[in-house]
Amino acid sequence: MATVDLKDVKKVYPGGVEAVKGVSIAIPDRELCVLVGPSGCGKSTLLRMIAGLEAISAGIVAIDGKVVNAIGPTERDIAMVFQNYALYPHMKVYDNMAYGLRNRGTPKDEIDSRVRSTAKVLELSALLDRRPRELSGGQRQRVAMGRAIVRNPKVFLFDEPLSNLDAKLRGQMRVEIKNLQRTLGVTSVYVTHDQLEAMTLADILVVMNAGLVEQTGAPLDVYEKPASIFVASFIGAPPMNLLALTGSFSGPVLADGTAIGFAARETPAVTLGFRPEDADVTFNAEALAGALVLPATVEAVEPVGAESFLHCAAGGSRIVVRVSGRAAAKPGDQLRVVAKAEKLHWFDQAGKRVD
Amino acid sequence: MGDSWIAREISLSPRIVFPNKILPYLLVAPQLAITLVFFYWPAGQALYQSMLRQDPFGLRTRFVWFANFRKVLADPAYLNSIHVTVVFSLATAIVAMGVALLLAVMVEKAVRGKGLYRTLLIWPYAVAPAIAGMLWLFLFNPSIGSLAYLLRSLGIAWDPLLNGTHAMILLVSAAAWKQISYNFLFFVAGLQAVPKTLIEAAAMDGAGETKRFWTIVFPLLAPTTFFLLVVNTVYALFDTFGIVHAVTGGGPGKTTETLVYKVYNDGFVNLILGDSAAQSVILMAIVIALTAIQFRYVERKVHYG
Ligand SMILES: Nc1ncnc2c1ncn2[C@@H]1O[C@H](COP(=O)(O)OP(=O)(O)OP(=O)(O)O)[C@@H](O)[C@H]1O
Ligand SMILES: [Mg+2]
Repeated sequence: MATVDLKDVKKVYPGGVEAVKGVSIAIPDRELCVLVGPSGCGKSTLLRMIAGLEAISAGIVAIDGKVVNAIGPTERDIAMVFQNYALYPHMKVYDNMAYGLRNRGTPKDEIDSRVRSTAKVLELSALLDRRPRELSGGQRQRVAMGRAIVRNPKVFLFDEPLSNLDAKLRGQMRVEIKNLQRTLGVTSVYVTHDQLEAMTLADILVVMNAGLVEQTGAPLDVYEKPASIFVASFIGAPPMNLLALTGSFSGPVLADGTAIGFAARETPAVTLGFRPEDADVTFNAEALAGALVLPATVEAVEPVGAESFLHCAAGGSRIVVRVSGRAAAKPGDQLRVVAKAEKLHWFDQAGKRVD
Repeated sequence: MGDSWIAREISLSPRIVFPNKILPYLLVAPQLAITLVFFYWPAGQALYQSMLRQDPFGLRTRFVWFANFRKVLADPAYLNSIHVTVVFSLATAIVAMGVALLLAVMVEKAVRGKGLYRTLLIWPYAVAPAIAGMLWLFLFNPSIGSLAYLLRSLGIAWDPLLNGTHAMILLVSAAAWKQISYNFLFFVAGLQAVPKTLIEAAAMDGAGETKRFWTIVFPLLAPTTFFLLVVNTVYALFDTFGIVHAVTGGGPGKTTETLVYKVYNDGFVNLILGDSAAQSVILMAIVIALTAIQFRYVERKVHYG
């Protein structure tokens, strides 16, 4: 049970690569914080600094209010699940799980009961006598989880723990991790580049880009009010439709000259965005009050089952619209894309949100 | 020793079929000829010799079946030599491997100049055994050796010329020193093959540096260690004649007379050819056994993953 606080944490690798350029995050007790961002944005580096595996170049990392910058990984009482699991290949599953407890001098019978009860929770009881190479990928993943859980540490760290699993197993384990984290109530930091994983797991979502935090917040808040174009296009699948705007005397117009019908905000916005699921298509020609109406040409239809995605050319760019069920449109159709004004997102020259 | 690696390389590559029937035999002929002339023929000679006995003047030779073996195996001097060899081989292997492992671990930890350290530590392997022996002999010579002087000034009555234990220590040092480079090379490679994340996981699991080494790194080095144990034993048994000859000549008394050195002593110095041949045959049996162990276990390797 612990809080984790990062204050203006920076990391410069020897050789001059600035991987993390000043990150501040406050994670309350028992919450799961997900760090999400594109490859190379510094997620793993940040996680490894919390773990104590990487020296902190500047800033402060505090666990439970205590600065741990100078404390090594051995004494931080943190457990980590690695992407490749890092199970000890020469030890049986039982010993893999018992290792951390033994190192801390836990009495033998307590180790035994804790390992067995953890194994039961994770359905590993039958596998305790096997070595890691005799396990499937999913089972190895569970052992890695078990090794972390059994120690009952202050903080859990996960570095893309599900990326080596197939899609179905990943979905299952995602739910399982969330449940375990809730029941155990251990403060956790979870790194992923999968935005679906990020959205579903997070209590606090931290979107990172190029060593900096773009936005921090509850997943749905981030989804509904992305703070920047980067976040808007990173969170959500398919990503938000973004249309470039140019100003004119009568109001903003799209790249192809279409007037969008209502005025921009006080701060001039140069990009307009709306999510595929916030738009609809219509074959009717009448204008709708308080809505963005774009003439569009359907270029492709992607049926996914419960919904279909229409890829259209509109306003000088390509946009995607989600319609539920089977799409009535087919490629080549001329129609109009309608998005309610309150579902529109506006971004300024610097890519920041304007409201 | 290198042969075993090559054998595996070959067994991995796809089988090559020669269209010509005679060519393959021609191609292996030189190798076969060399093996026959330099191995099977002398081995056969040794076997034959080991069953002969000559009178002191070399005028008459009798065929005595296994009498030489019975004589050799009942000889207290031979049993002493076995004892000396076991002590010497084990000590050499342990010292050579222990020091090499220590150096390899230290070099891995070096932040700067890893390459330089490695190169310097590999150099001694290029020194000929007899030269290595002379080097140690001079360093520890009771009258002129600088290290002997140092030992004496520390209050140790260092005298390898009269004290058998001191002679053995000197011999082991010289023999081990030669082999450290070789072991070092393998341990460095072995250490590099241990995944870094395992060490990190162990650190987060609360294991200190020493604990991590003994519970994670060392077990994962087991294949390397086992391989080196066999190689070092074979080295200490058979490749150290030059060092023994240069450093102690088997003395003082017979306190450092290893099996190989005794073969030489009995055969070429004392000219008891029958006994000497019987001893070589016994050594041959030991080599065959060790090679079998090496092929059986080292090739199959103790590996995880
Ligand atoms: N040991 C290192 N030495 C120098 N630069 C490094 C080192 N490790 C990482 N970097 C650099 O730091 C930056 C951030 O790396 P990091 O591993 O944190 O990315 P990431 O967000 O985890 O990416 P991914 O999703 O691909 O795992 C990258 O530009 C990377 O090249
Ligand atoms: Mg990473």
